[in-house]
Amino acid sequence: MTTTAAPSPAAADIPDNTPALDVEGLCVDLSTPSGQVRAVDGVSFSVRRGRTLALLGESGCGKSMTALSVVGLLDPAAEVTGGAVRVRGSDTLRMSPAERRKLAGPVLSIVFQDALTALNPVQPVGRQIGEPFRIHRGLSRRQAHEKAIELMTRVGIPEPRQRARSYPHQFSGGMRQRLLIAMAVALDPDVLIADEPTTALDVTVQAQIMRLLRDLQDEREMALVLITHDLAVVAQRADDVVVMYAGTVVENGPVREVFAAPRHPYTRGLLDSVPEHAVRGRPLPAVPGSPPELSAVPAGCVFQDRCPLVRERCVQERPTLRASGDGRSAACHFSEELARA
Amino acid sequence: MPESRTSESRMSGSGGPQGSGPLLEVSGVTKTFGHGRRRLTALDGVDIQLGRGETLGLVGESGCGKSTLARVLLGLERPDAGTVRFDGTDPFALRGKELLAWRRRVQMVFQDPFASLNARMSAADLIGEPWRTHRDVVPDAKAREKRVRELLALVGLRDSDAHRYPNEFSGGQRQRIGIARALALDPDLIVCDEPVSALDLSVQAQVLNVLSELRERLGVAYVFISHDLSVVRYIADRVTVMYLGKVIEHGATEDVFERPQHPYTSALMSAAPVLDASRVSGDREIQLKGEIPSPFDIPSGCRFRTRCPRAEERCATQAPPAAVRDAPGAAPHTALCHFPLAAA
Repeated sequence: MTTTAAPSPAAADIPDNTPALDVEGLCVDLSTPSGQVRAVDGVSFSVRRGRTLALLGESGCGKSMTALSVVGLLDPAAEVTGGAVRVRGSDTLRMSPAERRKLAGPVLSIVFQDALTALNPVQPVGRQIGEPFRIHRGLSRRQAHEKAIELMTRVGIPEPRQRARSYPHQFSGGMRQRLLIAMAVALDPDVLIADEPTTALDVTVQAQIMRLLRDLQDEREMALVLITHDLAVVAQRADDVVVMYAGTVVENGPVREVFAAPRHPYTRGLLDSVPEHAVRGRPLPAVPGSPPELSAVPAGCVFQDRCPLVRERCVQERPTLRASGDGRSAACHFSEELARA
Repeated sequence: MPESRTSESRMSGSGGPQGSGPLLEVSGVTKTFGHGRRRLTALDGVDIQLGRGETLGLVGESGCGKSTLARVLLGLERPDAGTVRFDGTDPFALRGKELLAWRRRVQMVFQDPFASLNARMSAADLIGEPWRTHRDVVPDAKAREKRVRELLALVGLRDSDAHRYPNEFSGGQRQRIGIARALALDPDLIVCDEPVSALDLSVQAQVLNVLSELRERLGVAYVFISHDLSVVRYIADRVTVMYLGKVIEHGATEDVFERPQHPYTSALMSAAPVLDASRVSGDREIQLKGEIPSPFDIPSGCRFRTRCPRAEERCATQAPPAAVRDAPGAAPHTALCHFPLAAA
């Protein structure tokens, strides 16, 4: 197996504790028929090589939008209006499109949820997987094909030489996800972003894919940003978690500690809603209501409408993400109260 | 809270002649699709039983036949072989008025609340639409309006929601409308096909609560199809696990979850990620090889053998017998396996 024989010069002079990806104060605005709305509002996080960070949140919380901004694949209706996304010491948001394209693959790479739409339906998969090698490393068609077969073997596609000539629709959902992962890790990226990589899959296949991602991460020392709505996946797989709600970060810290004693009522509510802890015949402790529309996010605390601890102050003043010195932060006026309860 | 008409009628109804025997009895149901030599076996000799007011959880991965089974229960697919008895009668033998009357008794809640509601109909129209076919249920317009309000209240929506349209509702609220619509005909059984899997976690809990509350108040029975084991464990009284068109394990929920007998059930449970780290031990995870074989080409002998960690020669040649373990005070716990897992 070839690993990065010669690390690129840029990577060599970065000290080890520098994050592989550092996102700071990211803001994304979305144009809608009813005007501009803020989809991502001041999101910050960073992740080092070899570590896994989970972006956890429900639909519409801005987690996928954050991921797409990081890799520069935002829909034209969305626009990054502030913040920085730093990899290898430079801010990708200030780069030209050509410069950014150079990063796509060798530095930053993404695995999407829906493998069927992410793959080109009219090209054999071998050619798609070999494409990064042709574009970034200038390999010949034949060399790239060999590389593709090597990668397909690595991600566990049976009979890769024959299968390289097949088209995406001829693979099962799990196999397609493996193909997508093969493409994403082809150039040994520093950071791999996986956007709900197993949501569409059956549990037994989901377990296989999560195992594959973990093995690849260990082998290549990638930083993994795992975007998910599944608390159990976060608990089992991630080192750190960033909990998002209505476009903002409401809590972050090491998974084990955050899940053991959450400091934001939303995190608490999510954990309580998992039926795993429930007693049959007794109502589940549900969070009332549903997340706000992006056009109607309240002025004070974003969670005020659904919060059991809500007070006057929450309506008037938006809580900032306060660090508590132990590597954790929460955006709640009353997080100490929650910790004691 | 206004005493609902449904609960009254059900109270009086359950004491009647229909009150004895299981509500639903499916035995040996087989369904294949296609023609000639290339036939897909969706269901292969499926047996299930369901009592009044009971909840049966139906678990399995995609392609295991759980949705085909749901369609058979709703009378949308006619089985090739086997029998379905609903309250003692075979729905597939009914015609005309009798069939129409039977259809009232089995309703469905769909997975996707965005696709299953007509965007051009208000909540009141959607909930009342079944009455356009079943005209005698709530005959006059005044009563219909009142009944719509009752149904909205039952599922936790407001009166003022009656005249709003689907796009004005969130996913969880739409699913409540879907549930209210299923209740409009006062059914005995609701088939719920992945009713909460399209919903966010915080909203999922609300909808599960609505479903359990309705079961308490109205005594309605559910066939609850889900791939999410923690949801099934929470809501179901009994669990049926399917694999490639066959029921491979069946028993009381706690029994099946605590002491699975079939290696597939056990693998399914170990593969599902759990929140509580203390419940996971490194060796607990049984990783299955490969994926579900094609239903066009079902393996000989035991159909799970190609992925089974315990498979031996016998599994390829002989179809496994039903291993029955009597659970104290509960329904028997059966599994189709030559080498069932011992009770821990």
